[in-house]
Amino acid sequence: MVNSLLIFFYSLLGVCMAFAGIESFKAKDNPARYGTGLFWLILAVIFIFGDLLPAVVVGGLVVIIGLLSLFKQIQVGHIKDVDSATAAQFAKKLGGWIFLPSVVLAVVSIIVGTFTPLGGQVAIGVGSVLALIVAIVETKAPVKMVYTDTHRILRSVGAVGMLPQILAMLGTVFTAAGVGTLVTKMISGAFPTGNRFLGVVLYCVAMALFTIIMGNAFAAFAVITVAIGIPFVVSQGGNPAVVAALGMTAGYCGTLLTPMAANFNSLPVALLEMDDQWSVIKQQALVSVILLVCHILLMYFLAF
Amino acid sequence: MNYWPLIGILLILVGFILKFDTTAVVIFSAVVTALCSGMSITKTLTVIGQGFVDNRMVSLYFLTLPMIGLIESHGLREVAVKTITKIKKATPGKILNVYMYLRGLGLLFGIALSGQVTFVRPLVSPMVLASAEAQGKLSPHEREMLKARSAAADNISNFFTQNLFVASSGVLLISATMKSLGHAVSPSQIALYTIPMAVISLLVESIDNLWMDKKRSRNEA
Repeated sequence: MVNSLLIFFYSLLGVCMAFAGIESFKAKDNPARYGTGLFWLILAVIFIFGDLLPAVVVGGLVVIIGLLSLFKQIQVGHIKDVDSATAAQFAKKLGGWIFLPSVVLAVVSIIVGTFTPLGGQVAIGVGSVLALIVAIVETKAPVKMVYTDTHRILRSVGAVGMLPQILAMLGTVFTAAGVGTLVTKMISGAFPTGNRFLGVVLYCVAMALFTIIMGNAFAAFAVITVAIGIPFVVSQGGNPAVVAALGMTAGYCGTLLTPMAANFNSLPVALLEMDDQWSVIKQQALVSVILLVCHILLMYFLAF
Repeated sequence: MNYWPLIGILLILVGFILKFDTTAVVIFSAVVTALCSGMSITKTLTVIGQGFVDNRMVSLYFLTLPMIGLIESHGLREVAVKTITKIKKATPGKILNVYMYLRGLGLLFGIALSGQVTFVRPLVSPMVLASAEAQGKLSPHEREMLKARSAAADNISNFFTQNLFVASSGVLLISATMKSLGHAVSPSQIALYTIPMAVISLLVESIDNLWMDKKRSRNEA
């Protein structure tokens, strides 16, 4: 039951991706329209038929996505913006009710995920579909508009939106290749295992440091949790939910400190016409360090 | 002992630092790591394919997007902007604090717009500057600091509250990664244990903002 529901939701997502693919092909002003369209269609195939296709074929398709991206053939291109006249008119009419579908999504996802045996993933699917229905009823949007908005927002999220799943895949490959075990062996030569507090310090600081270097906490999480989080904290009896939740946000403390996180620390410098490239980071530095210390203490006391 | 699989971590580091194409770097690193651990090409592609299919749940947050797209084209930004504009007649620190809590509330319900573009540039930063100018003339250094603080307030509330939403990409990535590592945790457990740090970070930044107000009024006097 849970599995067939999940396959249903993955297929639904695959259909949305196919819409994005078709519309990307049709976007004549995008110089990379064939590559971009192919990218979305490959994803559509993987999401709809992922369980039927041999894994080796999917692996080949993923490598093709990598090649498309390498040769700059996946591009968002120019996407028509929201019609501001319509938006303003409905904003006036709906007021605060515009947030209703979002509230439905969050509440339904939590309730279904907590009080039914369907699990968190199916809950998100159920929540999303119900929220969309509420939004359609509320805005009385015609089918064509739902279609337009669906491919518009998917295409504008683009390849960046797929990055978390690709990083999760990397984590799986690291595990299969024994990277975690290797790093543990190397570190445990220099670092005492068996001390819970030091393990927590090592994990949180490593998350922040790797994020500073890479500019991306998601990427750091996939690497550092395999290499340090599991062997040095979870294996010593740490609650995995606590360790993982706080491990990720310990990485965000690093995001606050790094010019590598251009979207957050450099983009505002340009947007707000500031003079100093480091201004935003300077304002965040003190809070970031305080929060990192809080992460360490909180993880230590909550996880054990 | 074969240490070659570690080259994958190195590739990720170098690729990100040199700002090569992110997607390509990650997939390339996966291929190299698998090959270096002694897998055949077929085995490598199988592991990558299986890893990608098994982690489809990470992209489930895409399913929330059609609804967000629809309410976006029906005035989501406009209503949000109107709500924020209601914070008038306050000190810069207080404006930022109210904005941070509103932003956190939005993220709790999965509204993850780019805050810097949507709210800080057109709205929050000008409001903060106007409120500071009402108290006295601003030096270029003060203007720069207030702009940067507006951007910082958005980043901090964004980072530490986004995982309160069970269908956020961060929560799904955490949940999927832990599952593949053999320590399955549900999205709602992750969201639950995000609460303490979300509260602490909003409090710390709020105090820092009020402290900024205090310092500024002392300088005025």
